[in-house]
Amino acid sequence: MSKIKFILNGNAVELDVVPTMRLLDVLRNNLGLTGPKEGCGEGECGACSVLVDHQLVNSCIMPAGNVAGHEVITIEGFNKQSRYKKLADTFARAGAVQCGFCTPGMILAAEALLNEVPHPDEQQIRQAISGNLCRCTGYSMIVKAIKMAAEEGGGLW
Amino acid sequence: MVKSFFPVNLAEAMAFCKQKNICPIAGGTDLMVRNHRGTGILPAFSANMLFTKNIAEMNVLRREDTQLFIGANTTLAQLIKWQYTPRLLRMALLEMAAPAVRNVGTLAGNICNASPAGDTLPPLYAMDAVVCLQAPAGKRELPIKDFITGPGKTVLHEDELLVGVKLPFLVLDNELVFYKKVAMRKAAAISKVSLAMRAIKKNGYIESVAVAIGAVGPVIVRLPAVEVLAAGKKALTQELLKNIYSEYDKAIRPIDDVRSTAAYRKRVAMNLLQHVYEHCIK
Ligand SMILES: Cc1cc2nc3c(=O)[nH]c(=O)nc-3n(C[C@H](O)[C@H](O)[C@H](O)COP(=O)(O)OP(=O)(O)OC[C@H]3O[C@@H](n4cnc5c(N)ncnc54)[C@H](O)[C@@H]3O)c2cc1C
Ligand code: FES
Ligand code: FES
Repeated sequence: MSKIKFILNGNAVELDVVPTMRLLDVLRNNLGLTGPKEGCGEGECGACSVLVDHQLVNSCIMPAGNVAGHEVITIEGFNKQSRYKKLADTFARAGAVQCGFCTPGMILAAEALLNEVPHPDEQQIRQAISGNLCRCTGYSMIVKAIKMAAEEGGGLW
Repeated sequence: MVKSFFPVNLAEAMAFCKQKNICPIAGGTDLMVRNHRGTGILPAFSANMLFTKNIAEMNVLRREDTQLFIGANTTLAQLIKWQYTPRLLRMALLEMAAPAVRNVGTLAGNICNASPAGDTLPPLYAMDAVVCLQAPAGKRELPIKDFITGPGKTVLHEDELLVGVKLPFLVLDNELVFYKKVAMRKAAAISKVSLAMRAIKKNGYIESVAVAIGAVGPVIVRLPAVEVLAAGKKALTQELLKNIYSEYDKAIRPIDDVRSTAAYRKRVAMNLLQHVYEHCIK
């Protein structure tokens, strides 16, 4: 065990965990944050996506030791922000949410993109969510929702 | 009891390396998958873990006159963005994984993983990359082709770390490059075959050619003795091309596995070779 300190959704946390433990397990089991989901457990589906220093990462293959000293944002932290409200609104209006399992990851992938490229083209959007699988929507609605957020979100990104 | 260590520089790391049974971990995108045991279960590591992320000397990205030094911890995403990253390497990086993996996976990890399908390897071979290693006993530098000896196998000693990679930095307007990865779903696909080519042409004459082929054998295939056959030529005759292909034909010995068949890999590799020698270089 080691003490691992990081910033989680704006608050400092300090945990006694084995540094090779998966960040996903730390978030869900030790900290009760169930927004990040487990799909594949191998970095291929993006259901477990979180932001580390505002970069999209897969928490299922991230050893907890690698977030020590860094800032982690999960959907539970992001959903307090106005950027989230815009994305939630356009995802709902575009029909980009069906079962919702992929949605926390999709929203954070969208945020990671818009944070760097406020006005992405369709190809940039598709690349940004290329590591996030959705079994329900067929992606086009998700792409549309992100495009709408970029168009309507004047000044947010 | 497995220990974890977070050195902030090479000197601290070397002190830790003197212990037995060390496993360096960078981004963990290979190691965490390989040691995955299930939801809520600790990954199956049995070694003392050396987290490399904070080692200052591995976080360097530097351009010197004619050389680039890429620190071991440089992520695939950082390399895509870096203005000096050679074109051929960037072409391969853009075909690797999805953003979330590229944000975390490192160049050192891809090299040390030593997969025959590792996608940075063909460009690194084609550019004669040199790996810089450090052990408590001292440092050494090796051409990448001498570093990787087989699938998952390198000459890295148990107490040794890869500190960075040196690449020649050449700004040439007559440089020709070609890269192709043949695989399934782009964002999460392991190469069935890949090929990286770099050639220099001057006044219509081929000055040099380098062709590296991935996933068609235990290590990346590069045939310098065949490449020189094209050097100094203006055009490659049918007869010379036949010779060149027959050498590759002998050297390429792929296998059947879950991702593809030997016959498919051979066929695609030979087609790609024809493409670069008859179309790209011409
Ligand atoms: C979904 C997914 C998609 C992927 N797609 C691709 C792809 O398209 N192409 C591809 O080539 N790979 C791919 N990979 C594999 C992987 O992401 C890359 O190989 C990556 O570059 C590994 O880097 P890492 O830092 O995560 O390595 P780690 O897992 O941290 O380490 C890998 C190996 O390198 C060793 N190591 C790391 N740093 C050092 C050092 N400084 N000194 C000595 N040894 C060291 C480790 O001990 C380990 O053996 C993919 C992986 C996933 C999960
Ligand atoms: S659960 Fe992490 S990528 Fe699928
Ligand atoms: S909405 Fe069901 S997986 Fe995307």
